[in-house]
Amino acid sequence: MPTSFEPAIQRPRPLLERGGRAFGLLLGVAVLVVASFGSLDLQWGQFFSLPAVRAMARFLAEFIPPDTRPEFLLAVLRASWETLAMSALGTILAILGGAALALPASRSADAAAAPSYVLARLMLNVLRAVPELVWAALLLIAAGLGPFAGTLALAVHTTGVLGRLIAEAYENVPAGPAAALRAQGIGRAAVYLYATLPQVLPQLLSYSLYRWENNIRAAAVLGVVGAGGLGQMLAFHLGLFQLDKAATVLCAMLALVALVDTLSHALRHRLTR
Amino acid sequence: MAAATVADPRQRDPAWLGRAFWIGAGVALLVPLLGVTEFRPWILFEARGLQVTGRFLASMLPPAMSAEFLALVAREAWRTIAIATAGLSLGLALAVPLTLVSTRALSISALSGDMARGPFVLRLAVRGTMILLRSVPELVWALLFVRVVGLGPTAGVLAIALTYAGMLGKVYGEILESGDAHAARTLLGNGSTRLQAFCYGLLPQNAAELTSYTVFRWECAIRSSVVLGFVGAGGLGQQLDNSMKMFNGGEVTTILLVFVALVAIADRASAWLRRIID
Amino acid sequence: MRIELRGASARQSAAARSTPAALQSIDLEIASGERLAVIGPSGAGKTTLLQVLACALAPEAGTLRLDGQDPWRLPRPALQRLRRQLVLAPQVPPLPPRQRVVTSVLAGRLPAMSLAASLRSLIYPSDIPAAQTALERFDLAGKLFERVDRLSGGERQRVGLARVLLAPARLWLVDEPLAALDPAQAGQALGALTAGAADRGATLVTTLHDVEAALAHFPRIVGLRAGQLSFDLPARQVTAQHLDRLYARTQVDAARIRPAETAGAPVEAAADAPAQFLRSR
Repeated sequence: MPTSFEPAIQRPRPLLERGGRAFGLLLGVAVLVVASFGSLDLQWGQFFSLPAVRAMARFLAEFIPPDTRPEFLLAVLRASWETLAMSALGTILAILGGAALALPASRSADAAAAPSYVLARLMLNVLRAVPELVWAALLLIAAGLGPFAGTLALAVHTTGVLGRLIAEAYENVPAGPAAALRAQGIGRAAVYLYATLPQVLPQLLSYSLYRWENNIRAAAVLGVVGAGGLGQMLAFHLGLFQLDKAATVLCAMLALVALVDTLSHALRHRLTR
Repeated sequence: MAAATVADPRQRDPAWLGRAFWIGAGVALLVPLLGVTEFRPWILFEARGLQVTGRFLASMLPPAMSAEFLALVAREAWRTIAIATAGLSLGLALAVPLTLVSTRALSISALSGDMARGPFVLRLAVRGTMILLRSVPELVWALLFVRVVGLGPTAGVLAIALTYAGMLGKVYGEILESGDAHAARTLLGNGSTRLQAFCYGLLPQNAAELTSYTVFRWECAIRSSVVLGFVGAGGLGQQLDNSMKMFNGGEVTTILLVFVALVAIADRASAWLRRIID
Repeated sequence: MRIELRGASARQSAAARSTPAALQSIDLEIASGERLAVIGPSGAGKTTLLQVLACALAPEAGTLRLDGQDPWRLPRPALQRLRRQLVLAPQVPPLPPRQRVVTSVLAGRLPAMSLAASLRSLIYPSDIPAAQTALERFDLAGKLFERVDRLSGGERQRVGLARVLLAPARLWLVDEPLAALDPAQAGQALGALTAGAADRGATLVTTLHDVEAALAHFPRIVGLRAGQLSFDLPARQVTAQHLDRLYARTQVDAARIRPAETAGAPVEAAADAPAQFLRSR
C-alpha cells in the first residue's frame, strides 16, 4: 500500500552551484570590472576634492545665462539647419545605398552562398563597424572640411546599418508575389519594384526613421572633427571658453534632437497605419 | 452585372494628387538640403584632392606592424575596453536607483486607482532627467568633462556613465513595466518596501531580459569609447586621431583592423552571453 | 500554345529523394487554344503539373515541348522570352498586401512593358480602363483603387484571376481558382476565365477540386492520382466509375457527387452510364 501520494520534495540546487557556468560568468564579469577600474588612472581625486567641486561650480555657473543675442541666435539657427540637413540627407542616401547593397546581401533559403553574398555582407559589416565619427575623420581627407564630409560619413555608416536590416527584411518577405512574376519571365528589376519593394517598404521606412533619430545626434557632434554644423560651433566656443555661447549651442542641440525624435515618431505612426 | 457601378472609362487615379504633391514637396526640400550640406560629389575627384587622397590611400598599405606599435595598439585596445566597462558599470550603478524610482511597476500609490500627484510628478522629473542624460551626445559630455578633469580616461568614463545611465534607466523601466507586475504589486500591497518588491517580484522574471540588454549596451559602449578618444579620452580613438593627423596611413589601417576585430569579438561574446542567458 | 509532355516525371525541390515523385511518367498533349481541367485528390500532383508546364520546375525525366521547343534546352534569354508568353496564377493570390488592386492587376502586363514603362506605371497606372474592364468581368468593378489587404479572400482571388486576363500570354495556367469563392461567384469566375481564353485563342489549363464545375465548364478533363494519369477524356465521357477510381479511399466520396433521388431527376442506376452531374438550375 503506498504510504504517500506526494512526490518526494525536491530542493532546487543552490544558485551559485547550478552548473559552474553561472558562477564562472559572474566571476569573469567581476574580474573584468575590477581590472577596468584598476588599470585606468582615474582622477577621482580631481573630481571629488573640494577645490575641484568649487571649480566645477564656477565652470557650470559660466554657462548661465546663455547668449541670446539675435545675431548669435541667427548663427546658431543656421548651424542647426546645417546639422538637420546633414542628418536628413545622410539618412536618405543611406536608404538608397542600403536597399541596393542589401540585394546581393540577401539570399533565398535554398540558394548557396554566392561570392557576391559574402562580399556584400562583409562590406555591410565593415561600414557598420566603423563609427560615424571615424568615417568623418577619414572622409575629411578626401572631401575637405565642412558638412559634405559629415553627410558622407553618416551615409556610409548608416548604409551598413540599414543594409543589414533591409537584407533581413528581403529574406523574410513572402516569396509568392515575386515567384509569380518571375514565372512570367519578367525581369529582376521589375520583379523587385512590383513584388519585393511594396512588401518591404513599411519596415524600410520605419527602420530609416529610427536611424534618423540616431543620426541627428551623430550629426550634431560630427562637427567636432570639423564636419560643420552645431558640433563645430560647440567645439569652437568651448575652446575659447565662451561658455555662454556654448550653452546656447547645447540648448539648440537638445531642441533639435527632440524635434527629430517627435517627427520620426509621428511619421512612423502614420506610415504604418 | 451591377448597374450602379458603371465605370467611367476615363477614371483618374485618386491617389495621384497626393502623390504628385509629396513628390513635388520632396524635390523642393531636396534642393536646399543639397545646398546647405555643400553636397558636391565632384570635389572628391578634383585633381588636387585626388592627389592627397591617393597618397593617403597608398600609405595605408602595408599596415604598420612594428612590434612596439602593435604593443601600443594592444595597450590602447585594452584601455578602450576598460573605459567602456568602467563607464557602463558606473552607468548601471546610477541607472538602478533611477529605474526603481521611476518605474510605474513599483508605484505604491498606483496600487489602488491612479497614481497620486506627488509620486507622479517625481516620476516625471526622474524620467525627464533620464531623457536629458540620453539626449546630450556622449561626445558633448566628454568635451565638457575634459574641461573640468583634463584629458584622460576619466572624462570618457564619466561621459559614458551619464549617457548610458539615461539609456539603461529608460529601457529597464520599460522592461519592468512590460513584464507581469502582479507579483510585485501583491508584495507592495502586503506592505513590503519597493526594494523588496523589486528583488522578489520583478527581478526574477525580468533578469534575463535586463541582463541581455545590458550586455548589448556594453558592446555599444566599446564603440562609444573609441569615438570619445577623439576628444582626448584616451584609448584606440585617440591613437587613431593622432595617426590621422600625421597622415600615417599604415598606422591608421592597423588601428582600424584592430578596432573592427575588437567590435566583432565583442559582438560574438555579447551574442553568446545573451544566448546562454535566455 | 501547343503542349507535349512525354514520360515526364517531376519532384518538388524540397522533397526528399526517397519519397515517390510528385509526377510520374506523365504523357499529355494539348492543342493550341484548347481548354482543359485537371482534377484529382489532394496531393495528386496537380500543382506540380502546372509548375512543370510553366517552366518553373524542370522535369527530372521525360520531355516537355512548348510549340515544339524544349524550353530547358533553350539558352537563358530565349527561355525568358518563352516565359513571357505564359502566365501561372498560383492558388494563393500573389498580391503584395499593401499594393492597390489597379497596380496588382496591371502587373500582369509587365512582360510586355519596358523597365521605364513599368516604373512610370508605378507612379501613375498606365492603363486604368483595361484594368477596370478585367475587374468588371469578375464583378469587382468598384474595387479598382482599393488596397489588396482590405479585400476579402474571395475578392483577392478574383483579382488574381483578373490579372491573368491582362497577361500577354498564349498559355494560361490557373491553380485552384475557386478555393475562396462561393458557388455563384465560382460559376461566374470560371465563365469569365474560359470566355477570356476563348476570345484570345489562349490555351487554358486549370486545376480544380470542384468536379461539377470542371465538368460544366471544360470540354476536356484530365484526372491525376498520386502523380499518375488516371484518365484523359472529353467531359461527356467521364463516368462515375472514373471518378470512383480517382477519388477512391480519399476524403471525397464519389458517391456524394451523384445526385441523390431528387424529385424529378432520374438517376441512372447503371454504373458505367454517363454520369449526370448537371443539376437542373
